[in-house]
Amino acid sequence: MPYDLKPLGLSFQLAFVTTGILLVIGIPLAYWLAFSRNKLKPLVEPLVSLPLVLPPTVLGFYLLLAFSPKYFLGNFLESSLGIRIAFSFLGLVIGSVVFSLPFMVNPLKAGFQNFPVSLREASYVLGKSRWETLRRVILPNIKPSLLTGVVMAFAHTLGEFGVVLMVGGNIPGETRVASIAIFSEVEALNYDTANFYSLVLVALSFMVLLIFYYFNRKPIQTH
Amino acid sequence: MTRILSAVTLMIKIRVKRQMKTPQGPRLLDVDLEMGIGEFVTLFGESGAGKTTLLRMIAGLTQPQEGYIEVEGEAWFDSRRRWSLPVQQRRVGFVFQEYSLFPNMTVRQNLQYALADKSGGPGIEEWLQAMDLKGLENQKPDQLSGGQKQRVALARALVSQPRILLLDEPLSALDLNLRLRLQDEIVKIYQRTKITTILVSHDVSEVLKLSGKIFVIEAGRIVRSGDPREVMVNSNLSGKFKFAGEIVEITKDGVVNILTVLIGNTMTKVVATDEEAAALKIGSKVIVAAKAFNPLIWECAG
Repeated sequence: MPYDLKPLGLSFQLAFVTTGILLVIGIPLAYWLAFSRNKLKPLVEPLVSLPLVLPPTVLGFYLLLAFSPKYFLGNFLESSLGIRIAFSFLGLVIGSVVFSLPFMVNPLKAGFQNFPVSLREASYVLGKSRWETLRRVILPNIKPSLLTGVVMAFAHTLGEFGVVLMVGGNIPGETRVASIAIFSEVEALNYDTANFYSLVLVALSFMVLLIFYYFNRKPIQTH
Repeated sequence: MTRILSAVTLMIKIRVKRQMKTPQGPRLLDVDLEMGIGEFVTLFGESGAGKTTLLRMIAGLTQPQEGYIEVEGEAWFDSRRRWSLPVQQRRVGFVFQEYSLFPNMTVRQNLQYALADKSGGPGIEEWLQAMDLKGLENQKPDQLSGGQKQRVALARALVSQPRILLLDEPLSALDLNLRLRLQDEIVKIYQRTKITTILVSHDVSEVLKLSGKIFVIEAGRIVRSGDPREVMVNSNLSGKFKFAGEIVEITKDGVVNILTVLIGNTMTKVVATDEEAAALKIGSKVIVAAKAFNPLIWECAG
């Protein structure tokens, strides 16, 4: 194979890791947003959705500053733990998690809010805790929302450019994901390579959506 | 610490207040009632009167704003001490109007879910048998009929041997035939288990048939209580239960005449004397009122 597959590998690695982390963070956060009556909620909701409206380069810029060794947080992490976040895969993961957060949280939140209260109450009355109810009653019945969250977060991470470029810096083999690689190859006039990466991304994205719609299909009501 | 077993500890005492939002505007629910362990009690009233809210407060699903709920000497709610026993720890069985069966579980799994960490008592098999659900264990709720779903809901509420059974208009979504059959089921369950039961209903015949004591709730307050026969047949109420309908059938059954009356979308059978029936024919427009209930048709429990 004449083409370097590393960028594709990195893209998918990033998407999988990000989606996995978002599932772990997203479910509790969406649950809290859906059911809590905490006064902080009106602040948190716009914060979560911020990445939807923010130009990716803005977010990438601030993340870069935050993690750069020149400033407080990056400095602390580097000197005491030896971790450098800027221009590393870890930085990409953090950036992607923040940037794809609403794509996981919002469908989950909607799923929780649309879940019938009486089913939750039925579970509580049977002596089950909120955690057990979430695990055994709510989540199994909001599979469409779960699937939406997973697919959207995955697809969105695959397609990221601005944040990844800022925080990652286009380092071959480490932070040069497919979306960035395509840009670089076009700049270098290697249209063949750019085309290869693009086609693979289109094909895989299409397959992901195909699977998504297949599993989400609703039977046509006949009455 | 020894518990002094007196008549007091074999009671349920409820004294609660809460603002309700009803279609008729905000109403204060202000209730003070007592019932004995092992009794079958009905909360009766129109929609918005507060009976479901009261039931939910006993279950722990809704919190009173002020008051006191005590079950067998144990405080389940006490606003002065800011104490409320979490719903999960109140051993009640609740049957919702919408059945609320878990769609991702089969009938058997729905019942197993109720049992998980509790043990003992008639198991799942016996309840499946008793509620005539054998053969349906592996079906999911969306494959069941309304009557079947309600039997599963009942079994699920009872399989863990709760202390109190709470029924929130469990039969209102069913057609007349199913309602009558399930009413019999409920009577049988009560007679077998003698479980303290609180039924919310707005169906007069259901109340007469099932319960030993009735509390009539109007606009958030208990206005009458006592023996269902006395309370329901009282002339103060007959003005409230007048229905206009049309006769669709007249048959003679022994010494009585059975009139089948179409009231709205419901068919009701009413008994009439020979004189009453003589004046009527199919298509006659009639008024059916509560005073017309005849003990020959409904047998009361307890």
